Amino acid sequence: MIKIEKLHKSYPIGKDSLHVLKGLDLHIKEGEFVSIMGSSGSGKSTLLNIVGLLDNHDSGKYYLNGQLIENLDEKKAAILRNKFLGFVFQSFNLIAYKTAVENVALPLYYQGMGRKERQIVAMQYLEKVGLTDWANHLPSELSGGQKQRVAIARALVTKPKVVLADEPTGALDSTTSESVMELLKEINREGMTVFVITHEEDIAEQTNRIVRLKDGIIISDEKTAQKINI
Amino acid sequence: MFDLDRWQEIFQTLSKNKLRTALSGFTISFAILLFTLLFGVGNGLKHTFEKQFAGDAQNSVYVYSGRTTKPFKGLQSGRRIQFRNDDMKFINGKYEDKIQFFSPNIQRNMQVIYKGEQNRYTVRGVYPDYQPLESAVIEEGRFLTYLDLERRSKVVAIGKLVEKDLFGNRNGLGKNLNIEGISYKIVGVFSDPGGDNEERFIYTPFTTIQGMYKPNDELDYIGFTFNPNLTVDQALSFTNNLTKQLKEKHSVDPRDQGAIRVRNYAEGTKNVEQFMSVLNIIILFIGIGTLVAGIIGISNIMVYIVKERTKELGIRKALGATPKSIVGMIMLESIFVTAIAGYSGLLLGVFTLKWIGDSLEKYFILNPSVETYVVVGATIVLVIAGTIAGYIPAKRAAGIKPIVALNDE
Repeated sequence: MIKIEKLHKSYPIGKDSLHVLKGLDLHIKEGEFVSIMGSSGSGKSTLLNIVGLLDNHDSGKYYLNGQLIENLDEKKAAILRNKFLGFVFQSFNLIAYKTAVENVALPLYYQGMGRKERQIVAMQYLEKVGLTDWANHLPSELSGGQKQRVAIARALVTKPKVVLADEPTGALDSTTSESVMELLKEINREGMTVFVITHEEDIAEQTNRIVRLKDGIIISDEKTAQKINI
Repeated sequence: MFDLDRWQEIFQTLSKNKLRTALSGFTISFAILLFTLLFGVGNGLKHTFEKQFAGDAQNSVYVYSGRTTKPFKGLQSGRRIQFRNDDMKFINGKYEDKIQFFSPNIQRNMQVIYKGEQNRYTVRGVYPDYQPLESAVIEEGRFLTYLDLERRSKVVAIGKLVEKDLFGNRNGLGKNLNIEGISYKIVGVFSDPGGDNEERFIYTPFTTIQGMYKPNDELDYIGFTFNPNLTVDQALSFTNNLTKQLKEKHSVDPRDQGAIRVRNYAEGTKNVEQFMSVLNIIILFIGIGTLVAGIIGISNIMVYIVKERTKELGIRKALGATPKSIVGMIMLESIFVTAIAGYSGLLLGVFTLKWIGDSLEKYFILNPSVETYVVVGATIVLVIAGTIAGYIPAKRAAGIKPIVALNDE
């Protein structure tokens, strides 16, 4: 599903440049539940941004769903993101003036789906994350866990190939984190490839595979005791 | 292309962000409102001037004679120039096609008596054409006629105030006045828009008074109106030529300003026109200034709005919005808000001007109003400015990487 070969990425800082990813090789198959572990500065967020087509890489190869990603302009990237990828962010990134159901329906709008159909599909996904009753509330009226579940519903609504979650529990307390992780596991059980970035050991423990990054290099890549779902 | 979904998205964005919408709308409305009011008030000033100067006989010319101030062709200075009947013929003969109404004038201050009442008045011997020249209005009876002129009739047309002085509330028409011992019949009473002084004149046939008070064919001065089809410049060159020729005829130094004086009201008209064009330039300047201020205002707000929405735009891009759809969204919002706000500012301005109406007449503002094409043009300019002002930052926002936009706080 995701295949990375010798991926390099550096950021210019003034006249110097910061080499963040130093030749990563990673292969994630369809249906895997992978977590990327690493302290801050290890390059894990950069990796996710590149995988999520939110940022471009300097050298190396990246195949998404078998397609080589290179020379993407913003338009192509937008279409690919819309089609293949669902995002869950640490800070939720819901649009403040839109209700829960409108936020969930937004990716469908960019797919060109009609308004009524959007509404129906968005409600189905809200139901899936257990927020039917909160559909017409604004993000400011929701708790952190509820917001993250809206964000997950939004990530799933386009039936993407991969869900990318950047510290999905980073802003949540442990109980809420638990329920969000349960939701991600359930999605994975249904066959979705899930790609989680975290620095919390107990979150990573709940995935099938842990990839540890340090200073832009993969230092370990191992399966966990969790039941592998392939 | 009308895309209902797209508009619904835009309406939602606008209505959920009321402050932002109101701010940008207000800038546009206010600019158009100010523009309309300033333009309207300026036009009101113009209307006042047009009215002030339109009532008079703008095409009247008076030719006076005096004493020479310079020696010329062996003649000494201080020589008195006297117009005679042949000067009349000279002017009429040379410029018949350029002259509309024409009358010579002899005027004297005379003792006028009716029964017990008496007073001194200016008595003018004139042609019937003098009536339009002075824009006198006959209230009762008639003005002088060419028959009176031919017969040297002892008839007079008196001003309203003369009648009031001598007859009180009684009617003077048909009565006989004693002017310096000679009896004249009153054939008409007139009023004059020029005011009280003009209504204290007494008009009698030119031939009557010339025969009685001038030794031969002398006359005092000549008045005429030029053909109203002439432009101001044509009229001025006409009177300049006339002055030159009269000076030649009377052997006066061409540079002598005293001997023959021609007073042309067209000069005044020209001054008024110059004043009006300066006023127009000022109005135009103020109008453009207001528009520029409005354009800067809306540009600022558009830049701020796009900046404020950077994160939202990043989210939209992460969810699959193409740069084109982002730019399109911001532009449509901008056009929509500026068009609606501009139109309401325009309506507000026009109605305010209507409401002011003539209430500011004492401040020289008469019927303040604006031509529709001017305000509509101004509104369109602002809408275009708002669109461009939205396009530039929108284009930039749409071009930045979504990850940068997402990290914007």
